[in-house]
Amino acid sequence: MGGLIKSSIARKVAMALSGLFLVFFLLQHFTINFTSIFSAETFNELSHFMGTNPLVQFVLQPVLIFGVIFHFVMGFILEIKNKNARAVKYAKYNGGANASWMSRNMIYSGLVVLAFLGLHFYDFWVPEMVHKYVEFAPEDPSRYYHELLEKFVSPVRTGLYVLSFVFLALHLWHGFASSFQSVGFNNKYSVGATKFAKAFAIAIPLGFIIIAVVLHLNHNH
Amino acid sequence: MNLTLKIWRQKDAKSQGKMVDYQISGIEGDMSFLEMLDVLNEDLINKGEEPVVFDHDCREGICGSCSLQINGEPHGPDRLITTCQLHMRKFNDGDTIYIEPFRAKAFPVVKDLMVDRSAFDRIQHAGGYISVNTSGNTIDANAIPVNKENADDAFAAATCIGCGACVAACKNASAMLFTSAKVSQYALLPQGQVEATERVLAMVNQMDEEGFGNCTNTGACEIECPKGISLENIARMNREYLKASVKG
Ligand code: HEM
Ligand code: SF4
Ligand code: FES
Repeated sequence: MGGLIKSSIARKVAMALSGLFLVFFLLQHFTINFTSIFSAETFNELSHFMGTNPLVQFVLQPVLIFGVIFHFVMGFILEIKNKNARAVKYAKYNGGANASWMSRNMIYSGLVVLAFLGLHFYDFWVPEMVHKYVEFAPEDPSRYYHELLEKFVSPVRTGLYVLSFVFLALHLWHGFASSFQSVGFNNKYSVGATKFAKAFAIAIPLGFIIIAVVLHLNHNH
Repeated sequence: MNLTLKIWRQKDAKSQGKMVDYQISGIEGDMSFLEMLDVLNEDLINKGEEPVVFDHDCREGICGSCSLQINGEPHGPDRLITTCQLHMRKFNDGDTIYIEPFRAKAFPVVKDLMVDRSAFDRIQHAGGYISVNTSGNTIDANAIPVNKENADDAFAAATCIGCGACVAACKNASAMLFTSAKVSQYALLPQGQVEATERVLAMVNQMDEEGFGNCTNTGACEIECPKGISLENIARMNREYLKASVKG
């Protein structure tokens, strides 16, 4: 196993595995959020569970944070190395002739997602941590839905969320299917797998957009 | 056809280069791109100027030596061909054509449009062979049964001519398509199994050492490859590499 992460292929595989892990997390996150637009009780129950279960809080949450940091740090490392591999730029480079915009701009779609994560942590994660582990405020299992609605009052905030999910969709449009190739999966099932990945890349971010917009409208009624 | 050419001129490996404009006329659609450059060079020689240096040899799509980034694409706008097979009928009267060397840190410019692609040779030397005794008692290759599908895939991989278009097209100047074709042509055949582990580790290691970029799976290489080498080879190399890393 020596030197595995030092080679180009090992880095790429690590990128794919961390990306796939994030895709899996995204699906879980979506499932919980989705309940918020039709059942405040279910959303509260699930949020209470996720927010207080020690396995989630002290095992899965650190793993997730490590996964996110690992993924974007490795993304930056690859970007720098890849830029360096072509010291003199072309005067004319027709990148669109042979590759999709999404595949050529993973770092930019990723950066937008990263900026979004900053906002998202400021909105939800930091207040949660302060509430639970700094103020040790008493737990009210029904507070989550109400807190959630507050965040989507602002049309600007809602707009930023929508925009971020568009970029997440662009990131996943290339990234999800690309991760199969990275881990060496390319065979007769790849056409189907790629179709599934592209559908996922649209459907899940679109779902998040719908949730944000519905919550925004709910509050204004 | 009258054309404006914007060509990279660079005196030698150490000098700074720059794009220089040339006007050229009397180009026929049936000429190949290299013949068009021959016409330009004759003009330049007649005028007492230095001709443009570019690589070429077979002029029939076999050797892989002709290179050239033409209007931002290796081997120009056409598919599944090399520059020597590109016809001027693909261009229109009055067009401006950018002609640059294949760009990669691992492909340093020798002069003008000629680059040093010996990094590919070193990748090949690192493991792109099988060790057999050829001193008179070689076993007939046909005596070893090979599954037809594998034989076909190995043959397809072996059609790589080492031209470097994959590197030139890739936004990361990655050599994964070339290296994976060379790994695959052995990985698919029984003769290649004995040295499979060392081969893939050594070739990937050499590829990294040469300073090629990483793969982002954009697929630009596969589109621009004159021989249609498939991305499946890269997935195969990734598998071979992971297997070898766990083993070795
Ligand atoms: C936090 C900010 C993020 C940044 C800066 C970022 C950056 C990148 C970059 C640069 C790549 C391409 C790497 C390469 O050249 O191969 C990539 C690939 C990928 N990303 Fe992200 N990303 C971020 C967030 C995410 C998220 C939230 C997800 C999933 C929900 C994700 C899923 C993926 C996947 C699946 C790949 C494909 C890996 C592969 O090609 O094998 N990324 N990311
Ligand atoms: S893989 Fe294709 S583009 Fe790359 S060197 Fe071989 S023939 Fe040329
Ligand atoms: S000159 Fe040999 S392939 Fe073009």
